[in-house]
Amino acid sequence: MTAETSPGTASGERPGRAPYLLVLPALLLFVGVVLVPIAMTVLLSFHEWDPYRGIETVLVLDNWHEVWSDGYFHEMFLRTFRIAVLVTALCALLGAPEAYIVSRMRDPWRGIFVLVVLGPLLISVVARTLGWALLFGGHSGVINRALIDLGLITDPLPFMFTETGVVIALAHVLMPFMVLSVWAALQRLDPQVENAAASLGAGQFAIIRRIVLPQIIPGILSGSIIVFALAASAFATPSIIGGRRLKVASTLAYDEFLNTLDWPLGAAVATLLLVALVAIIVGCNRLVERRFAEVFR
Amino acid sequence: MTFLVLDDLTKRFGDHVAVDGLSLAVEEGEFVALLGPSGCGKTTTLQMIAGFQHPSAGAITLAGRDLVAVPPARRGLGIVFQSYALFPHMTAAQNVAFGLEMQGIARAEREERVRQTLALVGLAAFADRFPRRMSGGQQQRVALARALVIRPRILLLDEPLSNLDAKLREEMQIELRQIQRTLGTTTLLVTHDQSEAMALADRIVVMNQGRVEQIASPDEAYERPATPFVASFLGKTNVLGAEVRSNRASIGDGSWAVSAGDGAMLATIRPEKIAFVADTAPATLSGTVRNRIFQGDHWLYQIATPAGLVTVLRQNTGEPAPAEGAPVRLTWRSEDMGLRRAEPGRIGARA
Repeated sequence: MTAETSPGTASGERPGRAPYLLVLPALLLFVGVVLVPIAMTVLLSFHEWDPYRGIETVLVLDNWHEVWSDGYFHEMFLRTFRIAVLVTALCALLGAPEAYIVSRMRDPWRGIFVLVVLGPLLISVVARTLGWALLFGGHSGVINRALIDLGLITDPLPFMFTETGVVIALAHVLMPFMVLSVWAALQRLDPQVENAAASLGAGQFAIIRRIVLPQIIPGILSGSIIVFALAASAFATPSIIGGRRLKVASTLAYDEFLNTLDWPLGAAVATLLLVALVAIIVGCNRLVERRFAEVFR
Repeated sequence: MTFLVLDDLTKRFGDHVAVDGLSLAVEEGEFVALLGPSGCGKTTTLQMIAGFQHPSAGAITLAGRDLVAVPPARRGLGIVFQSYALFPHMTAAQNVAFGLEMQGIARAEREERVRQTLALVGLAAFADRFPRRMSGGQQQRVALARALVIRPRILLLDEPLSNLDAKLREEMQIELRQIQRTLGTTTLLVTHDQSEAMALADRIVVMNQGRVEQIASPDEAYERPATPFVASFLGKTNVLGAEVRSNRASIGDGSWAVSAGDGAMLATIRPEKIAFVADTAPATLSGTVRNRIFQGDHWLYQIATPAGLVTVLRQNTGEPAPAEGAPVRLTWRSEDMGLRRAEPGRIGARA
C-alpha cells in the first residue's frame, strides 16, 4: 500500500496543485483509518500494564522483551507461520490444477464451476467455518457419526482443536484467491501454445510441465502471497476450529486485548505479526519480480 | 508419387458444415496454398491435418499411411501459427530446441541443429533473446525455425504473415519461398490474402463456404477462373451482361466475335486487359470517366458505360491520362473475355 502522490515533473509541464487536492480525500482516509491506528498500536506496545492499575503511559520495552524471550510466544508465532505455509502449499497444490481444469471446460460448465469456486466468498467466513465444525465436531459431527455408524472408525476423526483442522478449513476459505490468481495467469496464455507444443511432439504431461506450468508460476506465486498473508492474519477460522487450545498470533492478540485486558502486550503481538508479514511478503515479491522480470515484462 | 491425400474430408460443427467434401492431392515438395475468405473452412482443414480437429468424415493419408488415427504429437508436422504461439518463458534457441528435446535428440546434435536452423532464418545473433524482446518479424522467424528444425514431413503455415506490416510481409514472402525451395519441404499455406497465395504457392486451392472452388496453378486460376467466385476473389474483375446472337456477343453498344451458343451470358474481363482506343470499331464500348485514381505505377479508372460501371487498370506509361468526365472508348481482345451462361438474378453481379 503505497500512496503515489508524486506528480509528473516532465519539462514544460506545470501540474499545479490539482493532483494534490484530488488525492487529498483518499489520503486523509488512508491516514485516518490505517496509519493512525497502526501508529497508536505501535505506541501502545511500549506502554506498561498492571493488573491493578491498568495501562500506564510510559515508554518501556517490557512487552517486547516478554514476547522476545518467552517460549510461549515463540510457539504461537511458529504455529501461525507453519499453518500459513501449509495452507499456502495446499491452496497452490489444489488451486492451480483446479483453475487449469475449470479454464479448459466447455462453456456452460465453465461458468457454473467458476461460480462454485467463488461460492465460498459469498458465504460468511463464520458460517463456512461452523459448517466444518458441524461435519467433524467430535462424536456428534455428521461425518464422524456416519463413519462410526458404518464401523469404519471407532473414535471420531480429530479435526476440532487440531492444526490439521485449522489448515484444512483455512485452505477451503482461501482457495478462491489462489484459483482467481492462477485463472488470471491462464487467461494470458495463448491457447495455441499448447497445440504448438503438441505438434512438436510433446505429450500432455510434458505440455503441462514444460509449457503451461512455467507460464502460470507468477500467478501461483502472487496467489500464494495473498493466501499466505490472509492465512497468517486469519482470525475467525482459527478461533472457531482451533479455539483456546490452539492459539495463533491473531487469536492470541485478541485474548490479550479482550480477556487478559493486557492491551500493551496484545499490541506488541499484533505489531510483530504485522511487521513479520510485511517483511515476508515484500521479500517474496522482490524475489518473484527479479526472477521473472526477463520473461514477463 | 502423391504424398498427402485429403479424400472427401468433411467437418461439421452441429448444423454448420465447415469443410464439405474436400479432396486434394499434394505432391512431395510442393507448395500448396488454401485460399479463401474467413470462414471458408481453410483453417479447419489445416487443423484436421495437424490433428487439433477430428474430421467428421473422410480420410487423410500421408505417404500412404492413415493420418487421422495418429495423435498430433506423433504426426511429425511443423506448424507455424498465426499468433506464432512461441513459448514466452524460453529464449529463441530454447523455443527451437523444444521439438528436438521431445524427440530425445542428444544435446550436442540438438545444439548444432538449433544453430543451423536459426542461421537459416537469419536469427543467428538472437539465440538468447526472449520472444517478448523481439520484433514481429523476428518472432515469425523463430516460429518458422521451430517448425523446421524437427525436419517436418509437412510444413503447415496458418496465416503466417498476416501480423506483419506490408513491407516486411513482402520480404518474408520472398524469404519463405527461398527457404521452402532450399529445403524442399512439402508446404501447405492457409491464407486469405490472394497476392500472398499467388506469390508463394505452386498451386492454389480456392475455397468458399467449405467447398473447393478451383485447384489450379496461380496463373491459371487468375486467367481462367473456374467459377464466378474465383474470378471475383482473385484480383479485381468486371462482370458485364452480354447478349450472344450468331457468334457475336453484344455488350452495351459494342460487339465481339465469340464462339458460344445464343442467349444471355455473363462476360468477365480483368481490368488490366481493357485498353482505351480512339476509333469506333465494332468491338468497343463507349463510356465516360467517372473516377480516376492515381496509384503511382498505374491508374485506376471507373468508366460509366451502357453496360454498367467498368473498372479499368492502365499502366502509367507517361502518356496523358483521360480526365474525369472525358468520353472514352474501351476495347479488349475477345480471348481475354470469359463467357458463361447467365443465371437468373445474377446479371450485373460484380465484386
